[in-house]
Formats: sequence, C-alpha cells, structure tokens
Amino acid sequence: MSETVLKAGSAEPQYQPSYLEMETKHKGILSWILATDHKRIAQLYFFSMMTMFLIGALIGVLIRIELMAPGRTIMDAQTYNGFFTLHGIIMIFMFVIPGLPAVFGNFVMPIMIGAKDVAFPRVNLLSWYLYVIGGIIVLTSQFVGSGPPDGGWTFYAPYSVKSAANIGMAAMGAFFLGFSSILTGLNFLVTIHRMRAPGMSWDRIPLFVWSLYATGWIQILATPVIGITLVLIVFERVFQLGFFDPAFGGDPILYQHLFWIYSHPAVYVMILPAMGAISEIIPTFAQRTIFGYKAIVASSLLIAFVGYFVWGHHMYTSGMSDTAKWVFSFITFLVAIPSAIKVFNWVATLYKGSINIQPPLLYAVAFMFTFMIGGFTGLIIGAVAQDIHLHDTTFIVGHFHYIVFGGTGFAFFGALHYWYPKMYGRMYNIKLANIAWGLFFFGFNVLYFPMFVAGYMGMPRRYFDYLPEFYIPNLISTMGSWFLYAGIILMIYNLVKSRKTGAIAPANPWHGVTLEWSIQSPPTYENFDEIPVVKDGPYKFK
Amino acid sequence: MSDHSATQSHGLVHRDDEGSKLGMWLFIFTEILLFGALFIVYSVYRFKNQDAFHAAALNLDTVIGTVNTVILIVSSATIAMSISALQQKNKKLAITLMVITLVLAFSFLVNKYFEWGAKFHHGLYPGAEHLMSLGHGQNQFFFLYFFMTGLHAFHVIVGMGFIIFVMRQVMRDELTYNNYTRLENAGLYWHLVDLIWIYLFPLFYLIH
Repeated sequence: MSETVLKAGSAEPQYQPSYLEMETKHKGILSWILATDHKRIAQLYFFSMMTMFLIGALIGVLIRIELMAPGRTIMDAQTYNGFFTLHGIIMIFMFVIPGLPAVFGNFVMPIMIGAKDVAFPRVNLLSWYLYVIGGIIVLTSQFVGSGPPDGGWTFYAPYSVKSAANIGMAAMGAFFLGFSSILTGLNFLVTIHRMRAPGMSWDRIPLFVWSLYATGWIQILATPVIGITLVLIVFERVFQLGFFDPAFGGDPILYQHLFWIYSHPAVYVMILPAMGAISEIIPTFAQRTIFGYKAIVASSLLIAFVGYFVWGHHMYTSGMSDTAKWVFSFITFLVAIPSAIKVFNWVATLYKGSINIQPPLLYAVAFMFTFMIGGFTGLIIGAVAQDIHLHDTTFIVGHFHYIVFGGTGFAFFGALHYWYPKMYGRMYNIKLANIAWGLFFFGFNVLYFPMFVAGYMGMPRRYFDYLPEFYIPNLISTMGSWFLYAGIILMIYNLVKSRKTGAIAPANPWHGVTLEWSIQSPPTYENFDEIPVVKDGPYKFK
Repeated sequence: MSDHSATQSHGLVHRDDEGSKLGMWLFIFTEILLFGALFIVYSVYRFKNQDAFHAAALNLDTVIGTVNTVILIVSSATIAMSISALQQKNKKLAITLMVITLVLAFSFLVNKYFEWGAKFHHGLYPGAEHLMSLGHGQNQFFFLYFFMTGLHAFHVIVGMGFIIFVMRQVMRDELTYNNYTRLENAGLYWHLVDLIWIYLFPLFYLIH
C-alpha cells in the first residue's frame, strides 16, 4: 500500500523472530498442534491438506491406470468403486473445499486487513482438529467394517443406506469436515467485520479477503444442510430409519435435493477464494491497479447469492417438473455473468501492464484458461436438452475437473507460489517452478480434455469397464495423468527443498502492495509491531 | 462457540464484545439452517402423507408437550433475567437464576424421557413391528419425531453444558457486570433451543 503509514516492516531491515521460530508456552510439536496463531494453524492445514491431496492424487492415477484399457487392468471392480469414492471424498471435502480458505485465508487474510490474528483463534484451532478427526474417520472407514465405502462421494440414497460397504462412517467423517468448514467461515466473517485496521474501509479490502467474505456466508448458510443430511444417512443405516429409503416410503429424490442444496453452493466455496487469489496475483505481476475493483467484489457476492438457486441442474434426469428444470437452467446461465465479469476484469488488468512472468502469474493464466473451458462446458451441460445426453458421462467428469482442479487447483498452487516467500522467507527455484508448471498444465489438459470427447461419444462415468471405441481417449487421458503427476512431484520437490536451502527472500519479492508485503518474511508472531493505518485502496502501484 | 479467545491467545488486551456476539449470531444461523433442512423433510413428507401424519400425531401426548413448552419458555425468561441480574451486580441472584434454568432444562429432559419411554412401550419406535404395520406415512412421522426431538434434546444438553460453563465463570468472578458477553451468548443459545421447540411443538403435537 503505497501511502500506508508503516512504522515497522519493510522499511526497517531489523529482523525479529518469525512465527516459525517464536518462543511459546509449549515446546516442540506441541507448540504447533496447540498453536492458536493463525499462521501456524495455516501451516497445520497446509501439511495435512497436502498429505490428503497426494493420497487423493495417487488414487486418481491408479483409477486412470485401471481405465487405460478396457477390462480389468490393475484392480477389481469393487476396489475401483472404493477408489473413486475415496478419491472424491478426499479431494472434495479435504482439499478443494477447505483448501484456499484454510491455508491461505488463515495465513494472509488477517495480515491483509491489518489484524494480529483471527477473531477466535481457539475456534480456529478447533476447526483444524475437526478437519483432522474427519480425515481420520474417512481414512479409517477404508480399513474397518464391511469394506471400503462405494457409491461415490455424493452418498446418493437409497444405495448409500443399503450398501453393505462402510458408507456410514465415511458420511460421519464428511460431517466433521463440514463442521470444520462452518467454523472457519464463521471465524473469517467475524474477523473481517470486526478486526480491520483503522482506515481499512469496505472499499479498501483486498479482493482475496472479499472472496473469503462471500465464501464465509456460503459456508455457514449451506454447510449445515449437508451436515444434517449426512447425519440422516448415518441414522438410517444405524437405527433402521427410512427417510430416503423407498421401502419405508422415503424419497430418494429428496435426498438429492438436500445434498445439492449444499453441494452446489459448495462449488462456489471452492472457486470463489480461488478467484480471489487470482485477483491478487494478476495486479501484482502486471504492476497495475485491478480493473473494476467494485465489479469484482459485486460479482463475488452475486455468485455466492445466485449459487444457492441452481442446485437443480444436477438433477435434470432425476425426476423434476419441466418448469423446475428450465428455471434451474436459466439461473445456472446467470452464474456465467459474474464469472465472465471477473475474467474480463483480469484480462483488462493485464492490458498495458508491466507484466512480469513468474510462476504465480503462469498459474493464474493457466487458471483463466482452464476455468474458461470449465465454465463454457458448464453452460453446455446447464442446458437441459444437452444435459440429458451428457448426464453421467465423462463429459461431466471433464467439466468439473476443469473447474475444481483446473480452477481451484491451479489457483491453490498459484497462491502457494505467490505467498511462499512470505510464508517461509525463502525463494524457490523459479526455473524449476516454471518447468513444473509446464508439465502440470500440459498433463492437466491431456488428462481431462479427452474426457469431453469420450463423454460426448457416450462413455458413462464411474464405470469400471468400457466399450472398445472409447479406448483411444482413455489411453491419452491416462498418459496425461503421468505428466500431471510428474509436474506435481517436481513442484513439491522444488518447494520442499527450497524451504531450507532456497535463497533468502526479501520482504516483498514481487513488489506487491497489499499489507502482507509490507511486513518482514516470515512474519513475526503478531504480524505488525504497530497496527497500520490504511489511507488508500488496495492495488495502488507507483 | 464464540468467546474471547483472542484475549488469551496473544496475552494482549483484546476484548471484542460485539465480535463475540456476532460470532454467536452466525452460529445460530447455522443451527437454524441445520433444523431448516429437517423442516423441509417434514414438510415434504407431511404433504405426501397428510392423513397418516394426522393419525400419527394423535398418538402424541399434548399435555406433556404443553408442559414442556411452558418449561422452556420460563427457562428462557430465567436465563434472560440472570443476565440482567449480573448487569446489576447481583451475582448471587444471577447464579440462582441460572440454577433455576438448569433445573427447568433438566425437567424438560425428564419429561422427554418418559414421553419417549411411553412411545417405546406402545411399539411406536423405528423398526418396531407395530409401527411397521401402520404404513409408510406413520413410519415417516415417527422417524422425524424421534430424530427432530432427539436432535433438539441434544441441543438442550449442549445448552445446559454452556450454561454450567458460564455459571462457573460467574462464580469465579471471571464474568462480571461489565464483562458478561459470554453469559449473553449462553442466553442467546438457550433462546435458540427454546425457539426451535416453539416450532417443533405445533408441528408434531398440535396440527392434527
């Protein structure tokens, strides 16, 4: 912030013990797992989440290898069912939903608004514990009881209440993960409302913070619905209730409604913070004020709001009145407007900027590319007539991977490369990061694009086996997954290695102007020696 | 859920009563949405099985239901009064009123216990042969009855825990006449528990 008054930080090279080294009540590992500091909690989330991500990604690769050729390749059908279910639960509930808010929201959001911590630091730690408990329950469900959960991460009834597999436990785990998400959202909302530094008015809040604000409302207002719905599934299995079981007069379609009333807004829990991170990266690497600050803010809030009313588009083939179908279809199209506003604004920000091509910007540009493909294919399947043809084909799988992996995933790793020097005070190897990004981006497209083709040809999703005519797209797709995985491994190798041996990073390596760049890297325990006074909007570059 | 955690965490003087209350309100929103989903399930099945829901509701004891409603409303009043008492520096009265609230809450649960016991006695529980023979609609009614009142009873227990927690702090003078937000939050939570019951009561007991 160019005109921000700062007594300490970048102006003063005097180094103080960072949050990584600080003295606390507890020693050793306890100083981490009992930490209430938002930056340490962000690290806790980061490591647990990357672990889950790598497990999920490994399972994804195994699924791809199984689908490399028709027939059995490396696993039997029931293992395959368990694997795609676990892959979905891990990636959705443990990586993309909590991802950006829990890691980068926790790390930079309080700093960006000039606060010393979040509003409820202990609740913040509790959220992490709920996350870990949920994760452990989900993973345990794989090994105990009557076999790994199958039937997909959506827990569709009545299969989920009748399957002999250990679905109840997995649903319970997802409930805890949802609770964790609610508390994070609640914490952020109160923090953003109450803890902004003097002068940080609503029109001066960085866009990443705005996106977390919109996300927070979705988290607290949508997540309870799926929470209770999953509890109903658990109770159905344990106590012989029959809310969704037609044998007791239950209504499976009602389950789908309740599920998607949350799980569609959850898509915006995944993508909004990702868009927020991109809105931070682009102005910094273009050294130019963001184009249309207010429009981006409004579009975040609009997406959060409209996102509540589109859940029916998951259910065009489930049984709904035609009126409901076209209403849902129409509202679904509306979501494209605020999304497009953002993309246009990002492009307009880059226009005539002093563009500095660095890994975070590469990830941001990749995000725009994949997000647009994901978005446009979303319009294709948002139309009822086309969706009837494409429903439950790999076209859908391609679409949502382009959104949640191509969108949220690229934004997550872009944000990681952007804030990495701030988090650890070290710089990674830029060249290696670029190569990793190239592999990642190339592999991603080779992996997921053929799914559109196969899906359009009629290949069903979630099937263990397929007809010979789908062989070529599946083979290409599987090969893409190897490039993708190589890219991820290279990226992680680079980041892990640089953590100890990378060059010491300056406080502001990218010449960013939001508040987090005005303090030392890594930040001290209390972030600011003196709470800054904000005198101008964000993104004022000289 | 929300409290002044920030106070302890940094050893700084950071107390934000407004923030704490905001946190509690947001948590209450999530609770309302949690029950909201169940109210949707209730409405859908009531709409589908109107006659069966009517017949099933006749099995519920309106007297116990009414008594429990009165108990909860009175307890909401006593917890509100205890906040006022603490504000007026009357610590003893505040604690007495909290104890009364807890006694009322406990008697609510006792009534609930007998009520549920009677249902079990009459074979009106999920999986019971008698209930199965009554058809889908009545089954759904009792699934929802047990699940929703059970979840509500769970909230009563959590609310009691919350009140006990703040009562201890009032006793130790950690909450005082100029620092009572946590008691207010316990009160807010208790009103939520009361409010949900205000909706459950007519839906299950009164609409015939």
